[in-house]
Amino acid sequence: MEILMAFLIGILFMAATYLMLSKSLLRIIIGTGLLSHGAHLLILTMGGLKRGAPPLLGEHAATYVDPLPQALILTAIVISFGVTSFFLVLAYRAYQELGTDNMDRLRGKEGHE
Amino acid sequence: MSLLHLAVLSPLLLALLIPFLHKHFRNIHTGWFLLPLPAVLFGYFLQFISVTRHGDTVMESLPWISSLGIDFSLKIDGLGLLFALLITGIGALVVLYSIYYLSPEKEKLNTFYIYLLLFMGAMLGVVLSDNLIVLYSFWELTSFSSFLLIGYWNHKERSRYGAQKSMLITVFGGLSMLGGILLLYIITGTFSISETIAMSNEVVNHPLFTATLILFLLGAFTKSAQFPFHIWLPDAMEAPTPVSAYLHSATMVKAGIYLVARMTPVFAHSGTWVWLVAGIGVITLFWGSFSAVKQTDLKAILAFSTVSQLGMIMSLLGIGAAALHYGTIKDGYYIVAVTAAVFHLINHATFKGSLFMVTGIIDHETGTRDIRKLGGLMNFMPITFTLAIIGTFSMAGVPPFNGFLSKEMFFTGMLRVAEMDIFSLETWGILFPVIAWSASVFTFLYSMIYVFKTFTGKYQPEKLEKKPHEAPIGMLVSPVILASLVIIFGIFPNVLSHNIISPAMGSILPSLLADGESFDVHISHWHGFSPELFMTLGVIVLGLLLFKTLSKWTGIYRIFPERLSLNHLYDGGLEMIEVASRNITKTYMNGFIRTYLVYIFSFLIFILATTMIYKDAFKLDFSNVAPIRFFEVVLVLIMAVSAITILFAKSRLTSIILLGAVGYTVALFFVIFRAPDLALTQLVIETVSVALFLLAFYHLPQIRRNEERIRFKLTNALISIGVGAIVTLIALSSHSNKMFDSISQYYVENTYKKAGGENMVNVILVDFRGFDTMFEITVLGIAALGIFAMIKLRMTRGKEQE
Repeated sequence: MEILMAFLIGILFMAATYLMLSKSLLRIIIGTGLLSHGAHLLILTMGGLKRGAPPLLGEHAATYVDPLPQALILTAIVISFGVTSFFLVLAYRAYQELGTDNMDRLRGKEGHE
Repeated sequence: MSLLHLAVLSPLLLALLIPFLHKHFRNIHTGWFLLPLPAVLFGYFLQFISVTRHGDTVMESLPWISSLGIDFSLKIDGLGLLFALLITGIGALVVLYSIYYLSPEKEKLNTFYIYLLLFMGAMLGVVLSDNLIVLYSFWELTSFSSFLLIGYWNHKERSRYGAQKSMLITVFGGLSMLGGILLLYIITGTFSISETIAMSNEVVNHPLFTATLILFLLGAFTKSAQFPFHIWLPDAMEAPTPVSAYLHSATMVKAGIYLVARMTPVFAHSGTWVWLVAGIGVITLFWGSFSAVKQTDLKAILAFSTVSQLGMIMSLLGIGAAALHYGTIKDGYYIVAVTAAVFHLINHATFKGSLFMVTGIIDHETGTRDIRKLGGLMNFMPITFTLAIIGTFSMAGVPPFNGFLSKEMFFTGMLRVAEMDIFSLETWGILFPVIAWSASVFTFLYSMIYVFKTFTGKYQPEKLEKKPHEAPIGMLVSPVILASLVIIFGIFPNVLSHNIISPAMGSILPSLLADGESFDVHISHWHGFSPELFMTLGVIVLGLLLFKTLSKWTGIYRIFPERLSLNHLYDGGLEMIEVASRNITKTYMNGFIRTYLVYIFSFLIFILATTMIYKDAFKLDFSNVAPIRFFEVVLVLIMAVSAITILFAKSRLTSIILLGAVGYTVALFFVIFRAPDLALTQLVIETVSVALFLLAFYHLPQIRRNEERIRFKLTNALISIGVGAIVTLIALSSHSNKMFDSISQYYVENTYKKAGGENMVNVILVDFRGFDTMFEITVLGIAALGIFAMIKLRMTRGKEQE
């Protein structure tokens, strides 16, 4: 299963990179979204996908899945959400003020080097 | 702190007081407060002659950064004392001269004298330091204060240009020298010069030797204006004349000479040193004297003359180093070159200092330094004329002045080179006397041009700004003293030989001396009918001939194209560096985010791939993997398809929805991989995110509504595939390389026992690893505040422009 997941994560990273290299600001943000999904899945996969009960002691199971990667991912999800929402509002304000979302046009003027 | 330390630091300390003295005693020329210091220091250093004449030294040390082997240690030996006397003696005369030269009303005297004191202290530090790092610190301080002094009239563009040029060149050399010092430290393990000299055998046989030697020589050659680094010195003539007299003739430009002399015991056993020092010196000697002839500015003549004379001293030191191969002083046939070097060093300081002061007087009293405008000043300025005659004739090497003696010894040294049988000197060595002799002809020529074009010939009052008249007595005192020294050293050269020259030679060639021995220097006017005498006669005859026919042959200076001159190369080189670096920056810094991302991703792929190939880290091991189940495969397919479809989606709305699909599938993955808290969070957050995306989408400006799919670009595709592939490969390899088990068993065991909870993930988040959570909350808080501020604060660009 981990092999399959590794390839899936690779695909996610590839799509994210391709989107981030595009011209539109919105697509870049979509790319970062895909990238964080890929990263979260990567943490989960690298923690091991061994079978076991959910990390709840009430299950009284013999083995549980590893709780530590889950805690890490939870933190990462929240942080990437905070950043993404900030980024989105920034993009929204950029549309409002500058009237474009084309990254080629969102660059400093000549002479403002 | 010893008295010696105080002496070296006293100019720097007095520099602190200058602004107060200048402010509170407005009606007294600030220079008067300065004058006692170099005079007292000169007297103080004079008393060391009784120590050094017997070959003894004085060593004082003050801990500075002892843990790194850097101590403020000062050492007085023959060589250091000679330089210290030059610095303080000529320093006192220059200060006296500047009091009459600089007008208190028009000039900012406080800055001038602060710079001058900084320079004086730095120069004393250079010549008396026994620690290479301390020497280097003072060395850079001389470059720095020289920069300030050249740019003293900073409203003039030429001054700023000259200051920048000298700074760039001397600091380049200074940094090279620092490199040499560090290499030398690697070889010897000490920064102390005395200890380094004691280890010279190890230094010469070390593989780093050649690099060390070249770096040291770069420092010495740039500072002493040797070919091809001499180009800064003529431009440094924009400095006030007292500065030119002091720094750019008598002291600072001799710092390189000092360094070469000081390091001779360390490096001189190699042929590279002999050839480089002597060869570059002789080239500089010739080129400087050749170039001086075509100058029309008096100070430019003197500048090139200084270059040439420094080359002469340098070549003598190089040849003197070869003398080390010939035993002890008993058969010291070859050490005359070192005697000549030390003697000429003193002579040059005296006559060149006085000539600069004479030039300053001419400039001051006529308003110009251009020899085409000057002429016939002899009747107006008889004393100045006499001084100029003494200085130039000494420079030209005419008896009975001191320049004659050092020139004779110079010829002797050069003739003896050709007799040496080491370092292929027996074949190429004959070039030395030939070049030296022709350079002397030019030296004679420009000396005559200097004095006769200025003081004889036709008087042209219409071209002068002022009516010329004799200088005030105060301005004449210093050049008169220096000119008297020229005559005294010329007639009684042996007052110097035992007291000054012999101990200085002892520092340059210590290995030739047994304990208690000292060099027996005897300088005499008359050698009999030796080849040197005929060489001098030839110089005078040919020089006079060339002077008489000057207008007929100066055309040869136009043969050499201006475009190939060193100044042109320097200017063009600087401009080329600027243009090239601007162009290079423009090519890669084009302002497009995409370009920078391409760099970042390409570098990521490259560095990870090469590291993994180099370390042979690719590894596949399927023993530890979980089995694959049917609905997992379905989810994987859904996710892969949605992710790839985003790339081909035509409208943005589709891509947002597909991103949502990916996010929900991730939530489903969390479900099947037994992560209930993650699944909950992921669902909620994905919903909010998609809503935010839609909000941003809705507000897209009308003009850009024509939606289009992403244009396919091959580079983008290659880079993306590369990133995906490298991530997959690293994931696989790292999974196959599990080094040790997880630490999670601890959490499983203790979540209830120690923390009293049953949900392990939550207990980790708020108990075991609660700090993470606290700052994650902070992140959210900052994001919320940031968003709020971004929406609320509306400082439009229109307002900023007001």
